[in-house]
Amino acid sequence: MKIAVLVKQVPSGDSPLRIADDSLWVKEENVSFITNESDSYAVEEALQLREKSGDGEVVAVSLGPERAQRAIREALSKGADRGIHVQQSYPYHSDPLEIARALAAAMAGEKFDLVLSGLQSDDYGFGQVGVILGEKLGMTTATLVMATELSDGRLMVKRELESGWFQWVSLTLPASISIQSGINTPRYPSLKGIMGAKKKVIESVTPENGDKPAQSISKVYIPQKTKRTEMIEGTVDQQVERLVQVLKKEIRII
Amino acid sequence: MSILVVIEQSDGGVHRMSREAIAAGQALGRDLDLPVSALLLGNDLSSRCETLQSMQLHEILKVEHPLLRSYSSDGFSQALAQVIQNESPKYVIAGHTYMVRDFFPRVSAKLNIPFLADNIAYRVDGDTLILNKQLFSAKLAADFVPSDDGSCIISFQSAAFQEDDVATGSEVTVREVAITLDDSSIRSTSEEPFQEIAGAVDLSSAEVIVSVGRGIGKEENLPLAKELAQALGAELASSRPVVDAGWLEGYHQIGSSGQTVAPKLYFALGISGAIQHVVGMKGSKNICVINKDPEAPIFELADYGVIGDLVEIVPKLTETVLGVKS
Ligand SMILES: Cc1cc2nc3c(=O)[nH]c(=O)nc-3n(C[C@H](O)[C@H](O)[C@H](O)COP(=O)(O)OP(=O)(O)OC[C@H]3O[C@@H](n4cnc5c(N)ncnc54)[C@H](O)[C@@H]3O)c2cc1C
Ligand SMILES: Nc1ncnc2c1ncn2[C@@H]1O[C@H](COP(=O)(O)O)[C@@H](O)[C@H]1O
Repeated sequence: MKIAVLVKQVPSGDSPLRIADDSLWVKEENVSFITNESDSYAVEEALQLREKSGDGEVVAVSLGPERAQRAIREALSKGADRGIHVQQSYPYHSDPLEIARALAAAMAGEKFDLVLSGLQSDDYGFGQVGVILGEKLGMTTATLVMATELSDGRLMVKRELESGWFQWVSLTLPASISIQSGINTPRYPSLKGIMGAKKKVIESVTPENGDKPAQSISKVYIPQKTKRTEMIEGTVDQQVERLVQVLKKEIRII
Repeated sequence: MSILVVIEQSDGGVHRMSREAIAAGQALGRDLDLPVSALLLGNDLSSRCETLQSMQLHEILKVEHPLLRSYSSDGFSQALAQVIQNESPKYVIAGHTYMVRDFFPRVSAKLNIPFLADNIAYRVDGDTLILNKQLFSAKLAADFVPSDDGSCIISFQSAAFQEDDVATGSEVTVREVAITLDDSSIRSTSEEPFQEIAGAVDLSSAEVIVSVGRGIGKEENLPLAKELAQALGAELASSRPVVDAGWLEGYHQIGSSGQTVAPKLYFALGISGAIQHVVGMKGSKNICVINKDPEAPIFELADYGVIGDLVEIVPKLTETVLGVKS
């Protein structure tokens, strides 16, 4: 079983987000980059699938600038076998089709049985790259996956539907599936894993200039607030006092 | 040139977000002076077709095929791609549902046309259509523009448009559209959908809900929220990461994959306000928020907001509430 797992580096949730001078992205100083949340679940699922099938390979793939190698290295330290880094320079692609095409070009020769991705990136949030990649590589696809099982050369996935419903779907291989957060408990890298990862290979690929993007960001901005909120200020004691007054006199629940 | 709205079924009828998508399509149609049609894909479409006939639409396109009886990403993506190729609509519009997430990107990939997903609004600037999308879980927003040629697929976030705004009409003509699908091209099989939540608490009837998010920090802090809930006579709920971490059972989760609630008070502790959470609670009569980040998008919904550390504020609040009550 040859498994690829897509990992994207995104600004961490508690990083200050200031808009870049060209209004196309955020200022990267003071931003700490982490592996996209659902991608961490995808990495864990890939490792568990490899462990269950007894043999095989997990390859971590990321498209991004130099720093994206850290996301690959993290997957390697958890147990992925090698990495592919698809280089990209600023301004970054803001079209999921263009991103998936560049990944497909770098991955097509590998003949993966399975591609795992996160269900959506925390920055752009297209929810598309893994699915488009699957289509481009001629694979079956499924999204919002909450469990996987391999049997008789097929992949069974438990898909999340709306409002707490689920459904099992059986797919032929090769398949590209996107992983929903909560599917497993992602492991932490061990010290041995971190040391071992240093010896693992990350192949660096520079994509050729492809077709022109199908869509692009023209401007990033701070959303306007419209709701009138009473902001309760002061010391903690004053805040608590006003809150209790609100609960008692205005909302009247105590 | 035309606009085509893709209709999804839900409980045998037209999905709420498809109705919202019709409202979106009609608005865009008025702005660009384009006719708006609806597309039904599947099998046994008569009741949905009837619902659509009372709406102001140019046409209803109906694609019925035995291989579309149950949903498959392979089948639906091929069917939609063929319809787009044959009909060449300028804009294909849908609600950003889980099913749309599942197969629309493949249509975009098959036809090499843009899929601008999960938008909250659009605007027309001269000849350019600009879509507004949230970035970074709603902390920022961006304008996206499609490349100018060919068809373009657009989906809108839940509640970006109101179903009440759907313009009514009558006796819309229905046109059957033929597609070809090959048995062997459907490479998946699906089992019946099921619900998992055993021993679930139905939060939809709760008057007061205290809801915790990742901002609670660690499992050991959960009692802070539980005690406040108890003091207020409230039910305890949470955002997804708290359930993902195993700190609370799945039935506590509020949001698009959890429960939808509309209590008298929704007290959000350490929740950022991502749309998938917000759809489950935005109907609440009063929303109170404690969050340490003044820029957290949840404040946009709040009636009362406190910027601060919940670990510090909540225990004092609980104590004072208990004091007032006794
Ligand atoms: C298809 C799909 C379905 C989803 N379904 C759901 C769903 O049903 N329900 C759901 O909730 N999510 C759902 N999500 C996930 C959703 O997108 C968000 O990731 C999630 O809601 C974030 O949860 P959170 O606000 O608790 O965490 P975060 O976004 O990490 O926010 C934590 C907040 O806590 C604040 N904070 C931190 N420490 C403190 C402190 N000491 N005191 C006060 N505040 C503090 C931070 O400022 C931050 O605003 C879904 C996502 C997808 C893509
Ligand atoms: N630049 C990238 N490098 C590697 N994987 C990516 C990249 N962009 C997106 N992905 C993968 O595709 C998933 C969906 O991303 P998106 O379509 O941007 O929401 C992510 O969770 C990743 O697994």
